[in-house]
Amino acid sequence: MKMTGAQILIECLKREGVELIFGYPGGQAIFLFDKLYDSDIKFILPRHEQAAAHAADGYARATGKPGVCIATSGPGATNLVTGIATAYIDSIPMIAITGQVRTTLIGNDAFQEADITGITRSITKHNFMVKDVNDLARTVREAFYIATTGRPGPVLIDFPTDVQMKEAEFIWPEEVNIRSYKPTYFGHPGQIKKAAKLIAQAKKPILYIGGGVITSGAYYEVKELAEKIQAPVTWTLMGIGAFPAEHKLSLGMLGMHGTAYANHSIMESDLIISIGARFDDRVTGRIDSFAPNAKVIHIDIDPSSISKNVKVDIPIVGDARNILELLIKDLKKLPDTNEWLKEVNALMKKYPMTYKEKDMIAPQYVIEAIDQVTKGNAIITTEVGQHQMWAAQWYKYNNPRSFISSGGLGTMGFGFPASMGAKLGKPEKTVIVVAGDGSIQMNIQELATCVCNKINVKVVILNNGYLGMVRQWQELFYKKRYSHTCITSPDFVKLAESYGAVGMRVTKKEDLKPALEKAIAIDNVVFVEVIVEPEENVYPMVPAGEAINKIISGGLA
Amino acid sequence: MKHTISVLVENKFGVLARVAGLFSARGYNIASLAVSETLDPTISYMTIVVDAKDESILEQIEKQLNKLIDVITVTDFTKKEHAERELILLKINCLSKDKAKLEKSLKKYVAKLVCHRADTAIVELVGQQEQIKEALEELGKFGIKELIRTGKIAMAV
Repeated sequence: MKMTGAQILIECLKREGVELIFGYPGGQAIFLFDKLYDSDIKFILPRHEQAAAHAADGYARATGKPGVCIATSGPGATNLVTGIATAYIDSIPMIAITGQVRTTLIGNDAFQEADITGITRSITKHNFMVKDVNDLARTVREAFYIATTGRPGPVLIDFPTDVQMKEAEFIWPEEVNIRSYKPTYFGHPGQIKKAAKLIAQAKKPILYIGGGVITSGAYYEVKELAEKIQAPVTWTLMGIGAFPAEHKLSLGMLGMHGTAYANHSIMESDLIISIGARFDDRVTGRIDSFAPNAKVIHIDIDPSSISKNVKVDIPIVGDARNILELLIKDLKKLPDTNEWLKEVNALMKKYPMTYKEKDMIAPQYVIEAIDQVTKGNAIITTEVGQHQMWAAQWYKYNNPRSFISSGGLGTMGFGFPASMGAKLGKPEKTVIVVAGDGSIQMNIQELATCVCNKINVKVVILNNGYLGMVRQWQELFYKKRYSHTCITSPDFVKLAESYGAVGMRVTKKEDLKPALEKAIAIDNVVFVEVIVEPEENVYPMVPAGEAINKIISGGLA
Repeated sequence: MKHTISVLVENKFGVLARVAGLFSARGYNIASLAVSETLDPTISYMTIVVDAKDESILEQIEKQLNKLIDVITVTDFTKKEHAERELILLKINCLSKDKAKLEKSLKKYVAKLVCHRADTAIVELVGQQEQIKEALEELGKFGIKELIRTGKIAMAV
């Protein structure tokens, strides 16, 4: 059957199982939008293209399915860039579709023209420009395949107007075969045997897990491995939820704002079993003094992650779940970790996670209150800054895909739009955005999208009147010279109300939990502004470039 | 240390930019680059010469090259037996009376006179890097006005 390019694209999206698109129309996408008007795929119109990308990302993180966003050419496309880069560095499957000027005008500085495949080359897993409508169906099929396999990532398809309009026979490619792209899923059995041997000999093993465990769905295997060898487990920001926070082997997050006992434990360990993590600088601190006595087993689907930052003794390339299944079977002899667990428990007692309450509400308490009110069962999305770290530290995430945060890029303005995707993907879940007064203002226009589509997320704004994380660094390392970090805000209550949402302001500790309970019960979008201690710092903290056991505790431990 | 890397890629628009981008993003200059179609017209062969100040960065670039969707294979010839050649065109000062002298010099190398006009000769020269260096020293005596190199190409033995 002959179809236009726009119809072919929509048919392909349906066949790929797409149930939801975030998009914004514009001159070079009108024809495509005309065809979308007839489509039964749910379509959400955000108020900014950047939010479309973050929402698609949030949907992908919450559901594991690829998120889809659409924008027009030029400014529409460039507005997606931050969202694409955010998804790329956190390995999130996403398809971004951009309108483009007609093929005969490309390169002529046409109205609303931007070389978006050039611009996004280094922030996409791959990108395409479709110049011939006959290539379209295969291109879309390949785009989804590339985005969702191996180490996932965003793929952009640039779609010129004339190609949208041209007709072609619709042929659905049943199979995808890209000769130059064959991700490795099964780890080398010899390497896995070697790893099993090394584990058996270890005295102080530790599991260090990252976002790859969530992507691969390896949580049961990670838990089984940890319990079988009785090794403590620590995780990265992206690994939050991959292992139950309340498990007795859990050490919490490590790194710059990780728990002191996780950092001390990994420094003392003699074997690091890294699963789906990439030894980021926020985790390792000063690299030459990181875990000096430890051998490293590195399980990762991306060969370029291995030996990038730390020297690896046993690399195993492949899917974490497949590898762990085999590894667990290969563990004939188990290490004796009794002494090691005693040592780790002593570290936990010596350096407990704690905070001091002052006159105003402690931001850490706000997170604890959210945890108690939601019984640890909500999906938490965050913006970026101090509140993000507190949300990572003080909520007990016992389930994967329950913490949605921009880890690698650290994108302010991510959390609120991402929550829309999370809520639409998981409508049965309570979705709470933990935001700061700075971050929330970066994509606050999405209140309109939430209200008009009844995406009833709850936004808790920790208002301290500062761009708090930078202020903290200025306090500690720049002699309290608060250069441009004091920030004013609108009246968030009135603002929420003006959009048709509900606004609340909490200034007293005793009012907080009732307010949160009420907010969750209300059948509407709710902004809960909490006025918190203005100069509270995130601790523990490892200054950038220091060894991760050189911890500033803020006089707490 | 100089590395010679060959990259087999899909013969499509944009691939060269993707490959070059991995070097430029890390502040690495490509010393020479030769690209052309292979026996299979859907595949192109690139030979890239790069001066690596930090071997670990180069290792990362090679891994990243392998990750590019359009890259089929990557080979670093540094520790691999291979044949390599480069072709050079030279414009040399050469009066008619010196033509015989020039031709005599050229006989020592894989080189030949392409054309001669008035006081100028164009010479082609083929060889490995050492031979080329030697030839350039000798021909330098005539005075080299202009020089164009194709960049090295390399093939595994």
